[in-house]
Amino acid sequence: MSDLLLNLALILVKLGLIFAVILSMAAYLVLAERKILGRMQLRHGPNRLGPFGLIQPVADVIKLITKEDFVPDQSDKWLFLFAPGLTALTALLSFVVVPFSPPLAIFGRELPMVVCDLNIGLLYFLGISSLGVYGVVIGGWASNSKYSLLGAIRSLGQLLSYELSMGLALIPVVLTAKSFSLTDIVMSQADWPNLVRHPLAFLIFLVSIAAESKRTPFDMPEAENEIVGGFHTEYSGMRFGLFFVGEYINLVILGSMLTVLFLGGWHGPLLPPIVWFSLKVLFVAFCFIWARGTMPRLRYDQLMHLGWKVLIPLALLNLLVTAAVLLALKG
Amino acid sequence: MGIWRDIKGTLLPFWITLGYLFTKPATIQYPEEKRTPPPRYRARIVLTRDPDGNERCVACHLCSAACPVDCISMQAAETEDGRRYAAWFRINFARCIFCGLCAEACPTLAIQMTPDYEICNRDPLSLVQEKEDLLIDGCGKDEEYNFYRHSGIGVVNPRGGNEDENAPVNPKALVP
Ligand code: SF4
Ligand code: SF4
Repeated sequence: MSDLLLNLALILVKLGLIFAVILSMAAYLVLAERKILGRMQLRHGPNRLGPFGLIQPVADVIKLITKEDFVPDQSDKWLFLFAPGLTALTALLSFVVVPFSPPLAIFGRELPMVVCDLNIGLLYFLGISSLGVYGVVIGGWASNSKYSLLGAIRSLGQLLSYELSMGLALIPVVLTAKSFSLTDIVMSQADWPNLVRHPLAFLIFLVSIAAESKRTPFDMPEAENEIVGGFHTEYSGMRFGLFFVGEYINLVILGSMLTVLFLGGWHGPLLPPIVWFSLKVLFVAFCFIWARGTMPRLRYDQLMHLGWKVLIPLALLNLLVTAAVLLALKG
Repeated sequence: MGIWRDIKGTLLPFWITLGYLFTKPATIQYPEEKRTPPPRYRARIVLTRDPDGNERCVACHLCSAACPVDCISMQAAETEDGRRYAAWFRINFARCIFCGLCAEACPTLAIQMTPDYEICNRDPLSLVQEKEDLLIDGCGKDEEYNFYRHSGIGVVNPRGGNEDENAPVNPKALVP
């Protein structure tokens, strides 16, 4: 009984810690993005509040909270109010299965450094991340505005075209690790990160999560200059903020997934595991921001073309070759 | 090969943006850093004096007529020696578009543009400036010009007495 309580308490503590870290990371990613984009465009970015603008996220939150929470007259009210929460929530939920450090031994107990080490962690992640699109679709539908609806439709189409290749790109990883548990997958990369073993799967997964994160070059659902912000056109105040934070939490999550699945998770020389993990996640996040500062937006049909005609056949081929090689090595 | 061109076209921009990331930003951070505007920059308007220290303005209304937004107004008056001046002279800088047409229209070089651009204000009424605010103690861009030494009706010199003037002609003397 006391064991159960202790476990529960530990899970709660870990949840609280992760919640705090992820949220502050998301807030500072916004700042980092604005600064890095600014520097890439030969501007300074926000630098007025505090040294180097470090208090800017606080000011942003105050601004968002004090703004009017506007609900359009013709909208589907309850769905409209509920959708932003769904986006942020699903984004947060994915982090439950991400292992960020090897299990610690404290007081003679093995303490896994992951909120919940599911044996089907990978499937859980895939499921939750496809749930995330519901927030966008419901928000776009409930706003009852043509721009929002277009954004919602685009994000659905986008989901369909990249989810398949994303799942297919992950199977080789599972094949080598012989497990769906993310901890086992990281353990299997002790000597070689999967990036070296499955470079093609890495590339396909990279493109897929770029599409999943709904960021440039795949930001068709928002596309400010074509459909005025897409699914969040009608949102204001903290509800818009939730969509926004959800996007950045998603960035952290996808960065951690890429780290766990392909970059070797916490493995690395010299530095402690947790530092390696954070460094890798931050590097991935930087690459996403970098891509946003560099790439133009794809056209809608170009994404479809890329997803269905290039990524999926490539992923299938990759899967076939990997499976054959693994079979030959075993036999 | 098409594909190599595509790969190059995708990766090269990343290199360029990375280079920009480490370039000094082009921004001038205004309240701390200020740009020095060129001398002929068109900002705050002043009324200048001639080299003798008198007001140059002769209240001819040409500037207020030229002004496209009608932000100059004045009242003409005359001293005993026949010299005209503005009893009051008002520019509404809240309306002025700093086009410089007034300074071009002025025959006496009285009204001139200066590079002093920092006149933003939260209270538009304080941007309505009177003659006391506009009048400066110098000649502005031309240190020599004095309207009454070249033309005008016998204020400095008797009529026709200026060096580039001829003495007045008696029209009756021309009658055959
Ligand atoms: S600068 Fe142009 S707008 Fe301003 S007072 Fe002169 S004529 Fe009028
Ligand atoms: S400022 Fe110049 S144009 Fe305007 S009234 Fe005076 S003399 Fe005439």
